[in-house]
Amino acid sequence: MIISGILSPAFLKVRNILNIFWQTSYVGIIAIGATFVMIAGGIDLSVGSMVALLGAFAIEVVNKLGDNFLSVLVAILATYGLSVLLGLATGITVTKGKVPAFVVTLGGMAIYRSLVLNFANGGVYMSMSQKYSSIGMSFVLGIPFPMLIFILYATIAHIILSGTKLGRYVFAVGANETSAYYSAIKVDWVRIWTYVISGVSVTTSAILLSSMMGSVSSSSTGNGFELDAIAAAVIGGTSLNGGKGSIIGTFFGALILGVINNMLVMLNVAVYLQGTVKGLIIIGAVFLQNLSRE
Amino acid sequence: MRKFLAILLVALSVFIFAKFKIGVAIPAADHGWTAGMVWWAKYAINQYKNDPTVEFYLVTAREPSEQIAQVQALLAKGIDALVLNPYESAPLTPIAVKAFREGVFTVIVDRGINSKEYNTYIAGDNYMYGYLAGKYIAEKLGGKGNVVIIEGIPCSINTERVNAFKDAIKNYPGIKVIAQQPGYWSREKAFEVMQNILTKFSKIDAVWTGDDDMLLGVILALKQAGRTKNIILVGGAGEKHIVKMIMDGNSLVHVDFTYPPNMIATAINLAVMALKGEKLSGFYQKGIPREIILSTETITQENAKDYYFPESVF
Repeated sequence: MIISGILSPAFLKVRNILNIFWQTSYVGIIAIGATFVMIAGGIDLSVGSMVALLGAFAIEVVNKLGDNFLSVLVAILATYGLSVLLGLATGITVTKGKVPAFVVTLGGMAIYRSLVLNFANGGVYMSMSQKYSSIGMSFVLGIPFPMLIFILYATIAHIILSGTKLGRYVFAVGANETSAYYSAIKVDWVRIWTYVISGVSVTTSAILLSSMMGSVSSSSTGNGFELDAIAAAVIGGTSLNGGKGSIIGTFFGALILGVINNMLVMLNVAVYLQGTVKGLIIIGAVFLQNLSRE
Repeated sequence: MRKFLAILLVALSVFIFAKFKIGVAIPAADHGWTAGMVWWAKYAINQYKNDPTVEFYLVTAREPSEQIAQVQALLAKGIDALVLNPYESAPLTPIAVKAFREGVFTVIVDRGINSKEYNTYIAGDNYMYGYLAGKYIAEKLGGKGNVVIIEGIPCSINTERVNAFKDAIKNYPGIKVIAQQPGYWSREKAFEVMQNILTKFSKIDAVWTGDDDMLLGVILALKQAGRTKNIILVGGAGEKHIVKMIMDGNSLVHVDFTYPPNMIATAINLAVMALKGEKLSGFYQKGIPREIILSTETITQENAKDYYFPESVF
């Protein structure tokens, strides 16, 4: 961050810092959900497609019900409800059905994307509602609303993960499933809950994103979010093998990704080389962390 | 005798039910424009739903190898014409050539193949698409100002457009490109990139985005930053919301340049005409032309209604 500041003075403008938080919040909130899943030893690849599906669902419900506060509320609640169901279905298939999480969520990624493409006929869902569209664009005390939710969400998630029984169980299940089982932890249900949390996080992000853009593109919205979310968690110290990780780590991991994206524009990095710069910084960040730990 | 009758019956039924089979193979919808192409392909096919002499098979692919497999399957079905928008030029070339050599009337759409063995090639004009946008911006600015380019997914089509844009502004030394960044033909990406660019530069006179989807993202970023005044905005391709804005005399966008996804519908019509032996009106020659480059048309408030297709997805 300091380096970016030196390289481009515009980087340190308050507006730019707010923008980074803002742009990070969508993937960041999803990454928080992914952190729970990954600490419990799972993985969720379906989140990107799910953003498009849930965002489209929310927009459609508001459009059907009309432009008022109540219909927005109903749409948001219904979308959360749908995501809880999807999370439960994923979790139960992984645990009770004994299908590897990678496979279930890879399937989910294909299914959700194709469903939203089908419903939208490949096109775009536009929000007709001013009330709904104003959510993602609003400012509270000069701070973009999505950024505020991101920080609030991270705080709550941090309390759940490090201060409650569920949090301790999530770590226990991911670190050593057998010993967790013998400690009378309901291993399957802990796992299932992590997928529900992931679904709820996706809904939060989907509502913010779709209301800000006032639209969801069935073909492009959420593309690549799953990898960004996993990358944010891993940069933040979450282990791909489960058992290790923290919300604070993921929060800053997501911010680092946001800073990289911002820097690429600020420094006008040539188009074709942007992937190389991004990749090197991600690998370097995790490498430095390992060094400092040893 | 019985054998003869059976053969006669088969021959007769083939004669009675003879239909022209037309295979249409295009990429799946992965952004707004390709979604528009899928929509227009379905639209064109629907036009023939009461025509008993033609039958269509529409397939969409997510990557080149899938498309190759689909074209192979179409050839196995015994199609008479193939309308192909190759996912990528090189990998689709052998199968397209094979179709041509088997006597299938082959129409290649937009992205070419690395061979001249096809019947007809129809495409948009990438050069003018970029050039006209550059010329418009340069003239509107009176030859002086800071321009931002937000381009599409890095690929040859995109490069051709961006280079043409730069060709057009080369004649105006006062025009400066202060930022050039990819928005990947996505509204969200373009929004994000524009937000960042707005904080970096306090004076931006014009923005050109590689297509209208990205322009919508840029407009959102400008509105959010309260910087919609004194800025010239140009996108491209004729997305319906942008066309509507032009039609309604919106203060932000005044022109658009076409790169029509309905070229697929034209291509399908060409295939049908070729199979039925019809010729293009106004042409003395019987055959369908070998190569057609569609012109980039300028959409303004006066003619916008001719380009507005509210029921299309793009």
